[in-house]
Amino acid sequence: MNTLIKNLLEFLDETGKISAFAGRFFVQAFRRPFEWRELLHQCYVIGYSSLFLVCATGFIMGLVLTLQVRPTMIEFGAVSYMPNMVGIAFVREIGPMITALICAGKIGSSIGAELGSMKVTEQIDAMEVSGTNPFKYLVVTRIWACILMLPLLVVMADTVGLLGSYIIESTKGEVTMTLYFSRAFGVMSFGDIIPATVKSFFFGLVIGTVGCYKGYHSQKGTKGVGTAANTAVVLSSLLLFVVDFLAVLVADIFYTI
Amino acid sequence: MKTDATHNSIKNTAPKEALIIIRDVQKSFGENKVLRGFNLELYPKENVVILGKSGSGKSVLIKCLVRLMDIDAGEVLVLGRSIPDLDQKALDYIRTEVGFLFQGSALYDSMTVRENLRFPLRRHPERKLGENEEELIWEALDSVGLGNAIDLMPAELSGGMKRRVALARTLILKPSIILYDEPTTGLDPITANEIIQLMLKIQREFDTASLIITHDMDCARVISSRMIILQDGINYAEGTYQELAQSKDPKVKAFFKEVQSRNHG
Repeated sequence: MNTLIKNLLEFLDETGKISAFAGRFFVQAFRRPFEWRELLHQCYVIGYSSLFLVCATGFIMGLVLTLQVRPTMIEFGAVSYMPNMVGIAFVREIGPMITALICAGKIGSSIGAELGSMKVTEQIDAMEVSGTNPFKYLVVTRIWACILMLPLLVVMADTVGLLGSYIIESTKGEVTMTLYFSRAFGVMSFGDIIPATVKSFFFGLVIGTVGCYKGYHSQKGTKGVGTAANTAVVLSSLLLFVVDFLAVLVADIFYTI
Repeated sequence: MKTDATHNSIKNTAPKEALIIIRDVQKSFGENKVLRGFNLELYPKENVVILGKSGSGKSVLIKCLVRLMDIDAGEVLVLGRSIPDLDQKALDYIRTEVGFLFQGSALYDSMTVRENLRFPLRRHPERKLGENEEELIWEALDSVGLGNAIDLMPAELSGGMKRRVALARTLILKPSIILYDEPTTGLDPITANEIIQLMLKIQREFDTASLIITHDMDCARVISSRMIILQDGINYAEGTYQELAQSKDPKVKAFFKEVQSRNHG
């Protein structure tokens, strides 16, 4: 029982510290000077280098989802609704969530490890004594890059996922690309697209903040770097599900789901 | 040779031109009191070595000088400015005047040597060093004898080369004070000697004052114009190498004996 309470208190303490870290980000995110060059570099690192992985995963998810669901749809005589179903599923949930989880694994861990390594080798201190604000240069740029790149990666995952679904549909049935995509997008409304896009920004915020927090506060040498990378992935993945749930709740207030 | 008691008399008579003045500095980590009233003055062109055992608070002390750590009590003046009271802008200015060589070199490992040296230059265009960026980078690298390493990554450099590049990065903003944190630790004796000679050369060429944290007695002997033994959180003893080496104080003798035996065997 005592261990349970201790773990709960530690979790709440950690959450509080991460919230304070996020608050520090918001304070500095809109203040000059802006590190444009580093921001662009991080957008490239985070966005471009994750593109292939996100697209490949989205494509395979499109293939698998269609293969799995199609027999049931045929059973109910609703196979013509496949594009509608896959489109809505991808845009609302599968695209954002798959992309966010992939990015939590790839980007969150790499940010945690990179900043953790910089911390234990005193590179962050070196930056500070050279009169540079390391929080602004290292943390603000990475979190901004995650916030900006996640929605773009989600759009790519959605598009490629639908393409995968179309390939299965066109192989197993008779549907043209124009018909497939017009049906997929025809049923979508702002109630599908806006909440998904908004939550993608928050997913980026979570991944960037947790990765940076874990790396920036890494301790105990190389072991600490490994721990920072590992806990960045675990914690951000957990928080992504929490944010997803909250996003659906909030979206439910504004839009009829 | 002075012991700690003599510093009370120094407090009020320190000459105005001291670059660094530390008065009665205290710093604790929880129950562990690391600094218990340390005092120091550093004057232009001086090389002051602070000797102490591992964990005696040497690195903590120089980190307090550039506010990488906050002191609990006391006074730290660098170039006449009270470090704990500075706002961020003023602190950043002071930090450009104080170079810091880290124990592990702390080169930015995602950047080439050129980019490592360019980084502080681009951050401080207000320094107006008078030459173009590329010339300053070459000048700094040439001064440490590493012009041919300009496009290498830190991972491609040996320990001694990393230390030299770190020194070049420290020099590029032309600071008036350089803080060295264990400059020869982890290097073989030949490379360590090269670094010591380089430090002396830099001091001659750039007219810098240096505060050197070390437990390498050879380094201390060659480079110091004055030495301070940091023990039990205070400056236990102070003087030239010769004065301390000939000290009759049992603690100083024991300290010399222990450090020398560790260095040589």
